[in-house]
Amino acid sequence: MKQQLEAIRASAVAAMENAADADALEALRVQYLGKKGELTAVLKQMGKLSAEERPVMGQLANEVRAKLEAAIEARAGELAGKAMAARLLAETVDVTIPGEAHALGKQHPMYQVLDEIKDIFIGMGFEVIEDREVELADYNFTKLNVEEGHPAREWSDTFYFTEDSSILLRTQTSPMQIHAMETRSLPIRMIAPGRVYRKDEVDATHSPMFHQIEGMAIDKGITMADLKGTLNEVVKSLYGEDTVTRFRPHHFPFTEPSCEMDIQCYKCHGAGCPTCKGEGWIELLGAGMIHPKVLEGCGIDSSVYSGWAFGFGLERLALGQYKISDLRLIFENDVRFLEQF
Amino acid sequence: MILSRKWLNEFVDLKNVSDKDFDEDMTLSGSKVETVTREGAEIKNVVVGKILEMVRHENSDHMWVCQIDVGQGKPVQIVTGAQNQQVGDLVPVALPGADLAGGKHIEAGELRGVPSNGMCCSWQELGMTEHDWPHNPENGLFLLNHDPDLAAKGLKPGDDITEAIGYDDTLVEFEITPNRPDCLSVLGLVREASATYDKPYAMHLPEVKSAGGDIREHVRIDIDDPALCPRYTARLVRNVRIAPSPLWMRERLRASGVRPINNIVDITNYVMLEYGQPMHAFDFSCVEGGHIVVRTAREGETIQTLDGNERKLTPNMLCICDEHKPVCVAGVMGGANSEIVGDTAMVLFESANFNGVSVRRTAAALGMRTDASSRYEKGLDVMNTLPAVERACELVAQLGAGEVVDGFIDVFPNPPQPTVIRMDPDKINAFLGTDIAPAEQYRLLARVDIVTADKSFPGGAADVIVPSWRGDVQAMADLAEEVARFYGYNNIPCTLTKGETTRGGFTEVQRFERALGVTCRALGYDEIITYSFISPSYYDKIRMPADSPMRKSLKILNPLGEDTSIMRTTILPSMLEIITRNYNYRNKSARLYELGKIYLPRADGLADEPKMLALGAYGDGIDFFSFKGAVEGVLREAKIADVRYEACTDNASYHPGRCAKVYAGGRLLGVFGQVHPLVAANYGVETEVYAAELSFEALYETRGGKPEYQPLPKFPAATRDIAVVCAEHITVGALEECIRAAAGGLLREVALFDIYRGPGILSGRKSVAFSLVLRADDRSLTSEEADAAMKSIVAALEAKLDAHLR
Repeated sequence: MKQQLEAIRASAVAAMENAADADALEALRVQYLGKKGELTAVLKQMGKLSAEERPVMGQLANEVRAKLEAAIEARAGELAGKAMAARLLAETVDVTIPGEAHALGKQHPMYQVLDEIKDIFIGMGFEVIEDREVELADYNFTKLNVEEGHPAREWSDTFYFTEDSSILLRTQTSPMQIHAMETRSLPIRMIAPGRVYRKDEVDATHSPMFHQIEGMAIDKGITMADLKGTLNEVVKSLYGEDTVTRFRPHHFPFTEPSCEMDIQCYKCHGAGCPTCKGEGWIELLGAGMIHPKVLEGCGIDSSVYSGWAFGFGLERLALGQYKISDLRLIFENDVRFLEQF
Repeated sequence: MILSRKWLNEFVDLKNVSDKDFDEDMTLSGSKVETVTREGAEIKNVVVGKILEMVRHENSDHMWVCQIDVGQGKPVQIVTGAQNQQVGDLVPVALPGADLAGGKHIEAGELRGVPSNGMCCSWQELGMTEHDWPHNPENGLFLLNHDPDLAAKGLKPGDDITEAIGYDDTLVEFEITPNRPDCLSVLGLVREASATYDKPYAMHLPEVKSAGGDIREHVRIDIDDPALCPRYTARLVRNVRIAPSPLWMRERLRASGVRPINNIVDITNYVMLEYGQPMHAFDFSCVEGGHIVVRTAREGETIQTLDGNERKLTPNMLCICDEHKPVCVAGVMGGANSEIVGDTAMVLFESANFNGVSVRRTAAALGMRTDASSRYEKGLDVMNTLPAVERACELVAQLGAGEVVDGFIDVFPNPPQPTVIRMDPDKINAFLGTDIAPAEQYRLLARVDIVTADKSFPGGAADVIVPSWRGDVQAMADLAEEVARFYGYNNIPCTLTKGETTRGGFTEVQRFERALGVTCRALGYDEIITYSFISPSYYDKIRMPADSPMRKSLKILNPLGEDTSIMRTTILPSMLEIITRNYNYRNKSARLYELGKIYLPRADGLADEPKMLALGAYGDGIDFFSFKGAVEGVLREAKIADVRYEACTDNASYHPGRCAKVYAGGRLLGVFGQVHPLVAANYGVETEVYAAELSFEALYETRGGKPEYQPLPKFPAATRDIAVVCAEHITVGALEECIRAAAGGLLREVALFDIYRGPGILSGRKSVAFSLVLRADDRSLTSEEADAAMKSIVAALEAKLDAHLR
């Protein structure tokens, strides 16, 4: 019996190790360990053994069974690994074939820039306001210290709805300063983007409708240093931490002192190149301390409160950021243009 | 304003400041430099040459072979075709390798076999004109020794030509802001440069050498309208000798971009450039009655201006007149009838102050903006008229252009008081955020001649007097700007706005607006921006009924053109215009959205400006239901409940069978569908176009709030399909509504999955199939319960809609 068991072990293990696939392995399991299997058949002869031999043979038989079961499990693992490898190979794809297109729409590039700017100011505790575009001349001009007779008020420059020049399409976002001062409680910190209109024929740099952003802060003790500090922060958020700026005196009727802010050309870093037209600087925006006359005109005591304001054209900023050479593209809305951004 | 640096240096010596530094320093103190150019920069290697010998060219009947001394010891041989030169003349010689105006390059060569080592030049070849060289009128070589001033200079062969003829100035062009008309003059910029470099300027007070007589015996002046002409100052010159101006004056004029004409005209231009005060010179013999009247034009009056054009005058135009007729359009242009000509004997110099707005409007109406009018229109210093006319007369005497008659006439009804402002250095520091010592602030102000009465620099508040030319300085903030300018804007510290914190942040409306944009883009729609104004004809293009109240639009009275002349009351034509453009560009498809305003006229003349969400699409994969899917997507993401679609057959812009109004409960949100083929044809689009117009306000107001979590189902659902046959006119919406109403509380979903017409179904009827999901939240549904629900659904469909199980 011992020889029988040894023989089964030798032949079964060899067969199992060489089983070609899971089915062959299962057949071997049945052949040896099944109810009618070879090992089972040997064990059935146990009854014929003497009392001394029985435990010895029993132990040997258990060892053989364990060996066979281990061999089956090992081979099954090997076969499963091979099968998986074969399947994975069969399932291989060409990863350079393009993916299925999901057409996501695009935000207009100019409004992408606008959103970026809004987010910067929102982060600084500002709010965003909007107001009417069909405006009273009073708000667009007079209350902004642009007197009757000023060239900007001429019919050659501004679109009017009434013969007495009292109702117009706003030429700047600044009337929103006045609305804010008249209706809001102090302190005020706001930006006011929107459409503005001027009588300019359409060309590569002009459009009768364009966009501006106005910004304003009014509180006790606001200084020109605050204006500079705030604008510097904004410009760094927009153009990067190492952006260099400069402030130049300028003139706007509704601010005094007034300034223009330049950034050092991001392309040539001040050496002069075509982007900055050789100047080394790129003009970015106009700003200043709100003219005390304007504050007083809105019922704000200029001996207690002061404020700063700035304004700039959104188109020019967007054109610069995306290197768009022609303003007309902005309003043409060709999907081949829009989908680039 | 173009400034000659040579002229500037006469008053404040800045020879040692480089062009680049000057540009930057002036720009940073508030006089923005636009361009810096050097006269004669193109010209290289051209020198003064002296003709030593001229012989006829052996192979030419007109050329000369000249030996020319160019200061190199040995003369050079140059062949020239010019005829006006003689031995001994000084001429510009372009040596081999020279560059001339217009990029012309000169090398040694041969002319008909004779070597020529350069070229003798005319003034054209140096880039100049006959106005610059009145003593060299002829075509031919520029004979330097024919110009008396050049002859007097003692030019030597070999001298650099640009230096020799004074064609080496640096011209600085400034952008002058409208509040600083004083800087439209050499003196104004001298004052700015002097302040910028903190270097005093040499003030020149004109001294007139007059020759007796009395102007009052010849001239009478009346101002009819002092509001339009606050001051009129005049002086008289007799025995006028018209001649070219001297070289130094011609140089200055040329450098400033003004063409030299003759001594009297040049003097008026010179004084205008130097003092910023426009001048006019009348041929006094043409002023009838010796009487100048400053008045507005009379109906029907005309004048021929100096440019030769006949001008119709209107009664709002101010004119300088004699007793009978206008002789000058005030502040704009003189009349041909009193022009200075060769035989002018007596000249009246006008130095007047006119109302800026009036001059600007007159110039604009006549379509002639001149150097004078562009200065007047900004509002000039009323105190400047007398010094300017004195300067002119000083120059007359200096140039020998005539004899100045004693005395002047100065009609000046209301001389203003000087502006005095309380200066408080503490306030200035508080306003600027600086810490500049009080005395230093006064010193900075004194640089621009704003001074205390005793010209001291006190340690506290004091009154300061503003010079007459600084009409822009009126209050504390203006003083703050002057202090800041010369302290340096870039020396002011940078701080972050202090004070009470504000909450800031987007409003709910703004957040909704952003979310709406995100949804549209997620649905594959690109954002567009369109003009707010349209053409009235666009209403016809979209077939808006002729009597529609929406045709009542705000009309721009002075539009750029018809196409942009009214404010849109509908956003549809703007969307269609962009769709059309993309279609015409042969873009295969486009999906577009815009959140834009429409402008509805109000009784008070202003507009209600509600925002509309427009969607538009055409091309691959776009049909009614894919487009409706986008509209549904917008509403779903806005969590709008109780949405209903109603066929809309009466909107003329849309296909009557493919248009729907969409409601949230009872609230109309908008309309969408296929754009009417006739409208598409009006735009020249030959494919199906879809559009939606949704009211932003309605979307916002019907939006859902923060959703409340619904427990996920714990019990299985029963799914039942049902197909019913019904009349063609029964809508899927009606069937669905009926199913929902009849299902009781167990119905969770109704989904259409098929509509069938054809064999097996009677004509005029259709089979509609739905998949229904039934579920209870608290138990597994029994099939009996599901069957009961289905039974009542089928019964209701039969009873209410005559829809029978297929």
